[in-house]
Amino acid sequence: MNAADLGKDLVGLEPLSAAQITAILDTAEPFKEVSERPIKKVPALRGKTIVNLFFEPSTRTRISFEFAEKRLSADTVNVQAAGSSVSKGETLVDTARNLEAMRIDMVVIRHGSSGAAQFLGQRIRSNVINAGDGTHEHPTQGLLDLLTLRDRFGKIAGLKVCIVGDVLHSRVARSNIWGLTKLGAEVAVCGPSTLLPSHVADLGVTVFGRVEEAIQWADALNVLRLQLERMTAGFIPSLREYNRVFGVTSERLSRAPKDLLILHPGPMNRGVEIDSDVADGPHSVILPQVTNGVAVRMAVLYLLAGGSPDWANAGGEA
Amino acid sequence: MGRVLVRMASELVEQTAAGGPVVLVGIQRRGVQLADRLAPLIESRLNAPLKRGTLDITLYRDDLQAIGPRPEVRETRLPPDLNGATVVIVDDVLFTGRTIRAALDEIADFGRPRRVLLAVLVDRGGRELPIAADITGLAVASAAGDHVAVLVSELDGEDAVDLVRGAAP
Amino acid sequence: MKPILFTNGRVVDPSQHLDEVTSLLVQDGRVAGIGLDVRAPDGADVFDATGLVIGPGLVDVHVHLREPGQEDRETIATGAMSAVAGGFTAICAMPNTDPVIDNQGAVGFVKAKGEAAGLARVYPIGCVSVGQRGERLAEFGEMAAAGAVAVSDDGQPVMSSHLMRTALEYARTFGIPVADHCEDLPLAAGGAMHEGIVSTRLGLKGIPAAAEEIHVARDIILAGLTGGHVHLCHMSTRGSVELIRRAKDQGLRVTAEAAPHHFTLTHERCEGYDTSAKMNPPLREAEDRDAIRAALADGTLDCIATDHAPHHYDAKEREFDDAPNGIIGLETALSLALRELVLSGRMTLPTLFERMSCAPARLWHLAGGTLRRGSVADLVVFDPGAEWTVDPSRLRSKSRNTPWAGETLPGVVHATFVGGRPVFVRSEPGSRKAHRRPRPHPPATG
Repeated sequence: MNAADLGKDLVGLEPLSAAQITAILDTAEPFKEVSERPIKKVPALRGKTIVNLFFEPSTRTRISFEFAEKRLSADTVNVQAAGSSVSKGETLVDTARNLEAMRIDMVVIRHGSSGAAQFLGQRIRSNVINAGDGTHEHPTQGLLDLLTLRDRFGKIAGLKVCIVGDVLHSRVARSNIWGLTKLGAEVAVCGPSTLLPSHVADLGVTVFGRVEEAIQWADALNVLRLQLERMTAGFIPSLREYNRVFGVTSERLSRAPKDLLILHPGPMNRGVEIDSDVADGPHSVILPQVTNGVAVRMAVLYLLAGGSPDWANAGGEA
Repeated sequence: MGRVLVRMASELVEQTAAGGPVVLVGIQRRGVQLADRLAPLIESRLNAPLKRGTLDITLYRDDLQAIGPRPEVRETRLPPDLNGATVVIVDDVLFTGRTIRAALDEIADFGRPRRVLLAVLVDRGGRELPIAADITGLAVASAAGDHVAVLVSELDGEDAVDLVRGAAP
Repeated sequence: MKPILFTNGRVVDPSQHLDEVTSLLVQDGRVAGIGLDVRAPDGADVFDATGLVIGPGLVDVHVHLREPGQEDRETIATGAMSAVAGGFTAICAMPNTDPVIDNQGAVGFVKAKGEAAGLARVYPIGCVSVGQRGERLAEFGEMAAAGAVAVSDDGQPVMSSHLMRTALEYARTFGIPVADHCEDLPLAAGGAMHEGIVSTRLGLKGIPAAAEEIHVARDIILAGLTGGHVHLCHMSTRGSVELIRRAKDQGLRVTAEAAPHHFTLTHERCEGYDTSAKMNPPLREAEDRDAIRAALADGTLDCIATDHAPHHYDAKEREFDDAPNGIIGLETALSLALRELVLSGRMTLPTLFERMSCAPARLWHLAGGTLRRGSVADLVVFDPGAEWTVDPSRLRSKSRNTPWAGETLPGVVHATFVGGRPVFVRSEPGSRKAHRRPRPHPPATG
């Protein structure tokens, strides 16, 4: 099988092989250049219709996808759908059938329930790209993190990357764990035990209880956003204490044996999980991550669009 | 092949003598190597500076929706300002003309050259669009089912032009 | 009603330590005799049960029949039809309907509907608390007098330890068990499946085993305090099994049930966000499933109950978080028990009848559960050697939510009798080969 053949959907990095992930990253390289052109647009996806179906508000992921789509000349429609709760509005399966009936080519879906992207992908012929489902995966974020690490270190294999913070509620963490381990990196997680999944060690990662240990060990830290509502839900006693114990601060980083690369999926809570002088410091790649996000998403759109739905054979289904 | 390239370089210098900067743009893949060979042959004899570029036309193909899995995308690198320049597109084989159509579209997205010329090592006929080469190394009569391939030592280990006759259509 | 003589069948009845090929006579709705010397009276029908097993009808102390209120999913009549097709002659209907069954009038409604259906015996269960709100006791006395055989707030646990204590004390007066759904709600809150490696990978919030075990431990302690009969519903963890084992060693009045899905499936079944595997309590780990099987074999768990939970066909067609819990179980329970427990050598066929018929009838004081001479002729006739393929569209339940669609299972029920009356007779007689015959429509394939 051609490594660049990703199948119909991208629901996560867990089902992908190392060769497939590498093919996406390699394809992203030439797409970086497209965004530097005077006319930032190529006709590769001309005539393709893409719906950005967002059941959760997400400014940056949606804008990044929208730029990627537009720079490939696709026609895009943004749908800000209502919540997923049973009591509200139409069901996801009805939404899926409606999209199917409108003969769209691709759907980018952000949804609050884990598994929603796979659910949609199994029910429509269009390509489905997961832009974050519940606390499951956020594969394009994982890919852009990989691309950023590869840019800086030249390779992924052998790197030591620690994911710091609220791993329990993080789809970014899961996609990073799968992507990094498949490409041969060593992965660790670090955070308060209340915010680490009970069986996270079984995913093949090292667990650090203290951020100081993680800093001693790692080549790069991927600092996760701490949702402020975790405090009211009782996972941590206070944001102040979180910053005192788990915050990535320049003072802590100064004791590292080497300079650590700092990643953050954004949006940041400055002064909580990360201090401003770290976020704005020389080893932060937070803005290159954003730039790479567009290139990676262009690569995924380009690669998935290969298998166009065969409308001619679309029977009376759905 | 060397002799042919020397002749092509001479014709190229003649045709660009009018002045202004010249940009030699090789089309991925084998046009890039041919442009690399032509560049030193031209550079000494040119009045104006010679700039270089590479062009990957994959994203501008008109059959992208029909083919799959996706072809690999290679580097596109053009000088920052094409406006007013003479762009010379270099490719290995000219056949239907669709690659050149895509290349023209792509170049137009980077700027507005004063003039665009086309230099090809082999013209095998069979055009499907109103496109012609300004500088041709070899003209080969071929049928639709034939396969014409240019080999370059950088990629293929030897320099050669292969013509394989296909089954009669 | 004509007398019926069953001949050449393997008659299994642990209540009288019986397991032999013999004849059984049913007359006037009761078992009139067992033995090779029993002769058919004049005008009797003869049922040749060669190669078949005859046992006391199955008794399920835990089903959801959805009526009143959700008749699109199931009615008392369709649930009773599903029961007899699965070999059950008595089912106990949980009271979490809409409205809930928390008074004598509502109990009477369920009982009357069950009698009108005239299939399996339908026993109402009343609520523990008024409106199932967990605040004050419902009228156990009046409900028992109207036919309630137990009280339960199933669907929800009795969270207040004080309410559970008073329920156990008060229920003693009427000789009925308090059946509790064991779940520490704050600990389980928001959970969609078992907390473990699979929930971690799928990014679904987990329900730890401790959420069940904490509640089991509390109920056992309260059973000790009150001397009341606590019945623990749908046990799913190895820890619960250990707690029950110790309670029984201490002689406490604790009985417990397990559902077929908990002795058959594990949490890996939720892979791919398969909502047909979403239940509460959730499917657990292989070690838990093995402990449930062992506890059913050794009697630590007294009985098998299906927790039959019908859902409308499209209710499970949604995101895993939002999909409802539960599966239908009446028509697959006997086959799964045969496959997982008997054919695998974990228990004998008589022990299976003890767990699916004798024990539940005895512990909950229900009719049936025995073939002793003079007892009501509630019995099942099935072929343990035949197989069938689960085609959800052909099940008698109104709902289709089963995780075993397309699977071929052992054990085909030929007939079910309640009070000597045939309430279910398979339309393809001699169905030992039924699964090989062409079907009216193609069987579901995988």
